Amino acid sequence: MRDLIVSELSKATQEFARGVAEFLPRLLVMLIIALVGWVVARLVKVVLRRILRLVKFDRLSENAGASQLLTQAALPSSSELLCRLVFWVTWFGFILAGLSALGIVGMEDLISRFLLFLPRLLAAVGIFFLGMIAASFLSRGALLAAVNANLPSARILSYSLRVIVLFLTVSMALEVIGIAEQTVLVAFSIVFGAVMLGLAIAFGLGGQDLAKRVLERRFPDQEGKQAKEDELSAL
Amino acid sequence: MAEESILSDDLLRQLISVGEVDILVGLPTHNHAKTVAHIAQMIRVGLVKYFPRERTAIFNADAASRDGTSDLVKAASISDAREPSALQSLRTLHCISARLPGTPHKGTALQAIVAAADLLRARVCAVVTPETTSMTPEWIDRLVRPVYRDSIDLVTPVYRRHAFDGILITNLLYPVTRALYGKRMREPSPGDFAFSERMGAYLMGQDAWRQELGQSGAEFCFASAAIAAGYRLQQSFLGAKERAVNHSTDLVLAMRQTLRALFWSLDEYYPAWSGVTQSEPVPTLGSEYEVTFEPMRVNRKRLHEMFRAGVNDLGPVLASILTAPTLEELKRCANTADATIPYSDDLWATTIYEFAASYHRTVISRDHIIQALVPLYRGRVHTFLEQCRGASAQDLEQNIEVLCQTFERLRPNLLAIWTKPEGGS
Repeated sequence: MRDLIVSELSKATQEFARGVAEFLPRLLVMLIIALVGWVVARLVKVVLRRILRLVKFDRLSENAGASQLLTQAALPSSSELLCRLVFWVTWFGFILAGLSALGIVGMEDLISRFLLFLPRLLAAVGIFFLGMIAASFLSRGALLAAVNANLPSARILSYSLRVIVLFLTVSMALEVIGIAEQTVLVAFSIVFGAVMLGLAIAFGLGGQDLAKRVLERRFPDQEGKQAKEDELSAL
Repeated sequence: MAEESILSDDLLRQLISVGEVDILVGLPTHNHAKTVAHIAQMIRVGLVKYFPRERTAIFNADAASRDGTSDLVKAASISDAREPSALQSLRTLHCISARLPGTPHKGTALQAIVAAADLLRARVCAVVTPETTSMTPEWIDRLVRPVYRDSIDLVTPVYRRHAFDGILITNLLYPVTRALYGKRMREPSPGDFAFSERMGAYLMGQDAWRQELGQSGAEFCFASAAIAAGYRLQQSFLGAKERAVNHSTDLVLAMRQTLRALFWSLDEYYPAWSGVTQSEPVPTLGSEYEVTFEPMRVNRKRLHEMFRAGVNDLGPVLASILTAPTLEELKRCANTADATIPYSDDLWATTIYEFAASYHRTVISRDHIIQALVPLYRGRVHTFLEQCRGASAQDLEQNIEVLCQTFERLRPNLLAIWTKPEGGS
């Protein structure tokens, strides 16, 4: 009996020792991969930071209105934020690759799902940033056009356009990531339809006079035009 | 050959059949049926009357008119019953009319005229705008003669204008051209002008100029290219400039055309203007400046209201273009009760220089920068009208002179912000 216990203990100890002996190199490999990953991620971050500085990304972001949002949220500059995102994504990818070396059951599936998700995440970030730029450009263009055409409520018009474009952008980004696809789509359709219907009703019923003035200005008859406009000639 | 790209095969054949000419008059048109017959007739009479011995041709570069403009030009240039029998040219007066492909930009037509003049080896090429209803045959003589007889390279016009006609020129283009390029050219964006064979050949070789010419504001590109290259300039007094079409409703378009060309030229010719220290007069044939004071309908209150609304609504846009002190002063000026604080010469010059520098750096979309200047221009027009209320011609000229001197005095400020490495204006 005693010999049997000793034999079993010895076997278990040997198996544990063998397991540890087999695991330790894998752990070491994982640590090395993580370390190499950290170095690579740092390098990528430094290179990216220089590239962004070179292409004046912060100015672009400022023009797009993204910088103001980040400042309000007490976040760092957009180039710094992007650098950090790329750093963490890169390092996390290496860490996952290292974890797969450990041979833990189910880890490989998790890693492959993450690697499949990564391009979608980056695409969503790209869509969001481009959407911010488009929203800023279009709203500024609308503001300038409205001010120069002497339309009332130019800022409201510009702000509304910005909100609509941003909402569309967020919807697209979330759809790319795959978060609540149907909910976002339905919510967007409802909100967009409601806004358009509201505007149509407001403009058609509530703002008959305004609509009349705008249409008259847009399609003036020659006599009316001559009677209203100044005679100043710029050139 | 550079002209191959702009002149079609058919047009080339027509031009080659004409042979070489001494004087070519270019007439760029686009749906100008109302006025073009008169203009073509004046050109013809002018050429026959003042240059009967020279080989002459009229070239109508038409940008796809749909109102029969080309036919009217041909008809007017063939014969006219009112023409005095004494006026007979000793040579054949050729008339070529060509429809140009592409978008109806005046720049494209102008480019075709320059190419045609180059091909025909014209010693002088005059360009006449088809909109002027007050043109007389003497205009041809006054434009062509200085180039033909005195070897001038570019002749620009001086018109008799209403005191408040062309405020964009008197308050912006003229002062900026004078302060930066050092030439007191009263019409830096001339509709009617003449240039020498030498200058035409030079312009044909300038790729950047020709690219910009394909767009709008071609006239200013033309003048600035001549100034920057150091060609001999002269002005000719032509008389009253009256147009069939009132341009007042197209302020944004007018500013887009002229300012785009102005700011482009500052980028393109920086080496030429950055070394200029003072301005000099351009020799002028005839009167240097004449104004008229007929009553004009202007809603000053509306002008100031649009200025005020523009400054307030465009706050964030202006903040990315102007420096903080300039914007503060602008807001103070716009929001004062009853417009008691004028848009001063200093503030206007500073505004224009900061806009030019921001355009140079492309701090935001360049088209948006120009559009953002429109309400500020309205504010400046309001101040100018107030300054000149009840003023005589001399007072008016004095006001413009003071404004020009302000632009010249503040010129170093533009150079400083132009070369500043980074940051806002």
